[in-house]
Amino acid sequence: MINLLKKWLGWVWMLLGPLSIYYLAKTAAAEIARHPVTDTKIQWAVFILVALPIAAGLVIFGWYAWKEEYNK
Amino acid sequence: MSNSKPEKGIWKIIGASSLGTLIEWYDFYIFGSLATVIASQFFPQTNPTAALLSTLATFAAGFIVRPFGALVFGRLGDLVGRKYTFLLTLILMGGSTFAIGLVPSYESIGFAAPVIILVLRLIQGLALGGEYGGAATYVAEHAPPHRRGFFTSWIQTTATLGLFVSLGVILLVRHGLDSDVNRSIEKFNEWGWRIPFLVSILLVGVSIYIRLKMNESPLFAKLKSEGKVSSNPLKESFAHKTNLKMVLLALFGATMGQGVVWYTGQFYAQSFIETVCKVDFEQSRTILIWAILFATPFFVVFGSWSDKVGRKWIMMGGMLLAIIFYRPIYQQFLTETNTSAYQTKQLAAESDALVLAETINGKEITTTTVVKTFTDGSSYTEKTIQRAGENNSTVLQLDKKLTTGVYWKFVFLVFIQVIFVTMVYGPIAAFLVEMFPTKIRYTSMSLPYHIGNGVFGGLTPFIALLLTTINTDDKLVGLSYPIAISLVCLVIGVLYVSNKTNTDVHE
Repeated sequence: MINLLKKWLGWVWMLLGPLSIYYLAKTAAAEIARHPVTDTKIQWAVFILVALPIAAGLVIFGWYAWKEEYNK
Repeated sequence: MSNSKPEKGIWKIIGASSLGTLIEWYDFYIFGSLATVIASQFFPQTNPTAALLSTLATFAAGFIVRPFGALVFGRLGDLVGRKYTFLLTLILMGGSTFAIGLVPSYESIGFAAPVIILVLRLIQGLALGGEYGGAATYVAEHAPPHRRGFFTSWIQTTATLGLFVSLGVILLVRHGLDSDVNRSIEKFNEWGWRIPFLVSILLVGVSIYIRLKMNESPLFAKLKSEGKVSSNPLKESFAHKTNLKMVLLALFGATMGQGVVWYTGQFYAQSFIETVCKVDFEQSRTILIWAILFATPFFVVFGSWSDKVGRKWIMMGGMLLAIIFYRPIYQQFLTETNTSAYQTKQLAAESDALVLAETINGKEITTTTVVKTFTDGSSYTEKTIQRAGENNSTVLQLDKKLTTGVYWKFVFLVFIQVIFVTMVYGPIAAFLVEMFPTKIRYTSMSLPYHIGNGVFGGLTPFIALLLTTINTDDKLVGLSYPIAISLVCLVIGVLYVSNKTNTDVHE
């Protein structure tokens, strides 16, 4: 039962990666529009730059969970 | 390793490793704690390029350079050894911190000043990224398996103690430059802020001397003598599925939640008390200092306990408690500092009104400042801002001084949060060390640790502030970020992380 839950939750982690990037990019666009100064742009560029590999990592983690790598 | 003689020797190892790591944390935090003074000295807001460099210094050091340092020094530590690598990080950190204390101000040398400060801050971030993994690995590889949690928990106290020492040194220097407090603060803002940076060189000097006398980790030395050292630690850590899946599990099932609990309990708590509750500068800091002092021994308590019951459930317990209790705790901060409740208190004294009239953007603004002191010892400064042509005025209550009872209640509430920190952080070094093989341990554990702490944890104040600007009605909305991250981490940790202890780390 637990192993099945771990496997199917893999999809949640795989979706959470791109969803978090989408939310971050949307917030970044709104914040930059609200304060269109270089400081804000740099700050959000750094956030997105760092978040991209982390989100990719979450997708890979979800993939491994789906493939039952963590059940072994 | 389980007889008493080698265990005696391990205290030297822990002492030498912890001292250096504590100094590195101290060096890293004093920059953050003195950000306002540094900004006024090196990054004048009137100069857009300098302001831009300031943003880079703030964001890049924590979010990009720390994980990058983890990769650079982690690789080095797995190639040439733990001892020389974390000796190098200490030299880099100490040297750059000392140099910050020597850099002439923007007024003296112009644009070169912020550029030099930025470079030195980036070196600090890089060095910090390499230090922790080395120290934790080094101690763990000397520790007997059944007490690995206990011995590595001493390394875990260093981040919090580094913060404690940095706050303490800053407060001492701020008050010790002149018998008159205001004059002392003035001197501190002019030149005294350099002292905490310059002092660092003495501490680093002692620590380098001690570390030079230490031997290489026995496990790494054995690996090297057998010619089994990894030829490409980065590739083996992140390009091979067997190890990559553990790196990802360490990040999403442990360090991500640990990072936000750490930053919320110590940085966000202090910032919330000062900026949202408007508690006086010194009280907001001494509350944190007391809470840290009382809670620090619990790193060792939980680290040691994890040797008996496993690392997993203590860490997960800390995250769960944080998720449950954050909102009630912060609600108490708000309730106790709500000045509308002060109406029932008896006023002991009210200062003469200080009236300041100024014209800003062509509009006349009158600010009236009054200090109200109550019979129970509490006080606050009330500022009434009246704009010409407007009927309504803005009333702000600032610099609130808490009664002794409320002050200690706040210490207790922050202490509880630091207890959550000790639960998630105390066992994590042993947990991470046990996840990875010796030949790529330094690299593999450093990256998830610094992404969890530097990125997820470091983002806490910014995301919390951002959330409060989006939802201005709920003053506790900033807590949604650490609660959400802890919740995801808790689910992943509970389901996917195993509760093994006493794992053989000799491979």
